[in-house]
Amino acid sequence: MLAYVIPLCMAVLGVAAVLNVVRLVQGPDMPDRVLALDTLYINALALIVLFGIWLASDLFFEAALLIAVMGFVSTVAVGKHLLHGDIID
Amino acid sequence: MRSRWLPSPALTVLLALLWLLLHNTLSFGHLLLGLFLGWGIPLLVRGFLIEVPTIRKPLKLCLFTLKVLYDIVIANMQVAKLVLGPKKNLRPAFIEVPMAIENEFALATLASIISLTPGTVSACLSPDRRMLMVHALDVPDIDALIADVKRNYEAPLLEIFECSPT
Amino acid sequence: MPFWIEVLVSVFLIIGSLFALIGAIGLYRLPDFYTRLHGPTKATTLGVGGVVIASMIFFSNQNDSLSLHELLITLFLFLTAPVSAHILAKAAMQQKLPAVEQTRGKPWD
Repeated sequence: MLAYVIPLCMAVLGVAAVLNVVRLVQGPDMPDRVLALDTLYINALALIVLFGIWLASDLFFEAALLIAVMGFVSTVAVGKHLLHGDIID
Repeated sequence: MRSRWLPSPALTVLLALLWLLLHNTLSFGHLLLGLFLGWGIPLLVRGFLIEVPTIRKPLKLCLFTLKVLYDIVIANMQVAKLVLGPKKNLRPAFIEVPMAIENEFALATLASIISLTPGTVSACLSPDRRMLMVHALDVPDIDALIADVKRNYEAPLLEIFECSPT
Repeated sequence: MPFWIEVLVSVFLIIGSLFALIGAIGLYRLPDFYTRLHGPTKATTLGVGGVVIASMIFFSNQNDSLSLHELLITLFLFLTAPVSAHILAKAAMQQKLPAVEQTRGKPWD
């Protein structure tokens, strides 16, 4: 059963990622693009966890956690830049 | 409580727990290492730590956490329905909610909870920390939403954390 | 693997990925930035939560020991999603991004 469910879920998450990319390319303003990139990060994280289940391997956990941390820090940094034109204040 | 060599015991325990969780074990060596890190890291960053108010009612805190988790799931159902429904039916609004909480930590908690629950995102806090600007996706009645936030989230937080309402 | 665990994992996986898809649809089709902000902060966070719970059940069953470390990802996302949403909303309000017609109480006029 999992052999069918996991590819299905991967396809669903793939569609979600494509929608995010459309918004990333199209997005009329800067905050839209940053938001799309942040969502893309989180979707990629879900895909990696899913891939870990597919391979039944524990190794992907660290990668997923690192992606979560990187995504948050980069979003906050770009947000700060949009707010002040400066990252460290 | 706040001695020089152990700035915050609760943070030490929390960091040790997180370390054990990260390694997915419960061995004695990792427990020691986690406790050491939990002792060292707060010492290094104590200049940045903010005062966490003491918790008066731990049981109430647990119940409140469960209720918030439940609300998050319900909120997601509502947002899903709004997102998939026709766009014309949306009634978005910017709402100013007056805040009765003064404490930094409780205020941050409340703002996060508002962001995660029913169709609202906290957008901007006024410089004097009295007004929180909230953007809501679909509100039929603005006053009802303000009363809802105050009753469901603000009052329990005031009750749980030991901080005086203004 | 027992059948019921397989069913449980599948259910959580499907719920999680559907919520992630709903978040992405919200990001794609809602009319202005402020309404778009709602999709990712709520739906996507819960979507990842669902996938992570499925992974937790799967590995706990596979390794015959409780596997809780995936909870860290969910915890981290639940702590950080409101913060990034708040910062982006603030940036958008500072740049006075247009809101849709029917929005009430625009803060900048």
